[in-house]
Amino acid sequence: MTIKTYEEINRKIKAGEAVVLTAEEVSEMARSCSPEEIAERVDVVTTATFGAMCSSGAIINFGHTTPPIRMEKIRLNGVPCYEGLAAVDSYIGATACDPEKPEYGGAHVIQDLLEGKEIELEAWGKGTDCYPRKHIKTRITKDSVNEIFLFNPRNAYQNYNVAVNTTARLIHTYMGTLLPNLRNATYSTAGELSPLLNDPEFRTIGIGTRIFLGGAQGFVVWPGTQFNTSKPKNEFGIPVSNAATIAVIGNLKEMSPEFIQAAYFEKYGTSLFVGMGIPIPVLDADMARRVSIRNDQIETSVLDYGSPGTPKLGQVTYEQLRSGTIKVNGKKVRTAPVASLAKARQIASLLKKSIQEGAFEITCPVQMFPQHTSLKSLTETEGEKQP
Amino acid sequence: MIKRRFILNFPPDSGDKPLSYHLVRDYDIRINILKAEVFPGKRGSLLLEMQGTAANIEAGISYLTRHEVVCEPLEKRIRFQHEKCINCGNCTAVCFAGALTIGPPDWELQFDKSLCVVCELCVTACPLKLFEINFQ
Repeated sequence: MTIKTYEEINRKIKAGEAVVLTAEEVSEMARSCSPEEIAERVDVVTTATFGAMCSSGAIINFGHTTPPIRMEKIRLNGVPCYEGLAAVDSYIGATACDPEKPEYGGAHVIQDLLEGKEIELEAWGKGTDCYPRKHIKTRITKDSVNEIFLFNPRNAYQNYNVAVNTTARLIHTYMGTLLPNLRNATYSTAGELSPLLNDPEFRTIGIGTRIFLGGAQGFVVWPGTQFNTSKPKNEFGIPVSNAATIAVIGNLKEMSPEFIQAAYFEKYGTSLFVGMGIPIPVLDADMARRVSIRNDQIETSVLDYGSPGTPKLGQVTYEQLRSGTIKVNGKKVRTAPVASLAKARQIASLLKKSIQEGAFEITCPVQMFPQHTSLKSLTETEGEKQP
Repeated sequence: MIKRRFILNFPPDSGDKPLSYHLVRDYDIRINILKAEVFPGKRGSLLLEMQGTAANIEAGISYLTRHEVVCEPLEKRIRFQHEKCINCGNCTAVCFAGALTIGPPDWELQFDKSLCVVCELCVTACPLKLFEINFQ
């Protein structure tokens, strides 16, 4: 029985001898090889995704001026940023925007900075004895600020729902434009290439895992918000709806506009496409079996985004979704992705190459994720006031 | 026989002339109106598919032009910044005409402009705003 350690795999990576496959390649290999044989032959499997991840944003330290200001209201190209972090620290969220200009949001500020563009910074303070200045208007770039790093509290959802619309009205959602009367269905996960579907029980992904984030090396820093391990699973141990997530960090100054892209979803708002890749070490036959998961073994739930409470209408596999049509309520429905499989494949290949060349080592998590977590809903303690 | 799609923009005073009738009768062109916006006394726009011999279609276009109808091939009115496309697929979700498709093996967007019916749903569905369609 093969059992490998992180150290052994890293020694092979440093020597340029590691055998690395993408998750799609290993799934194909698994058609003719047993998990034991895969564990024997393969060291690392690369996974990736490139989708809109709304819970993303950047922490920025602007640097101090003379005289200094305690920034208590901050705008970057007119987009509001968080003002509650000391004098010149801030957080710009991807979905933040000036309500007057909903098409340009925090995601676009992040992209503009990443592309090297100048951004207008305007900030106000009340003026204190130690921070006497009350107003500043200036221009910044990613090179003029001290730090700018992505800190995304909820990324890389482990599976996600398929969106349909049974109503007679066209609706605009973060899952794209949903035509009336079940005329289309959209899905967003990279299926067998998707990171958290290849390690569904988090045996190798945890706090401290080094990842590919936006073209640079980043890290998993925490279980993501709404981290849920209690969703129903299918016979292959795959949750059949959106379940776990990860919080990630990476230096925006080192990233590439090729793997970070601002987006505006009509009548919804802005979001950020994030390119992410996670290497999974094939420690043993169990991990080999996990990374060998195929699209026909990964199922997800079809939800009606047109009806209150988004009721579930069915369950389909990624193989069916990728075929172009699924059946919902007995009707053939055309499918479309809303996340880029082409980009995800590009990332998985790049990460594979980096590992093969010894430029990217795998990490043993410093702490594993919690188990048996579930979600709370927000309860309303105050009744609606009657007019 | 060839089949081509054109966008026709009519001047304000052209509403009383049966121009499409003459295309059929005088030039033997099979027409299919795929989209029409008519504002009497102001302007009118048509997306017209013409099927006929190349010579007849050319003559039909000349006839329309003589009557001050601006007539342009559909492809010229569609602008798509393909180089910025991330192949997310959002536009393919709304393109019931089948002009925008994505799928195996490479999952890169294919755009066959000749199939476009100018529903303009892709204009708003694209999260990067890469489509522009000029119908009027």
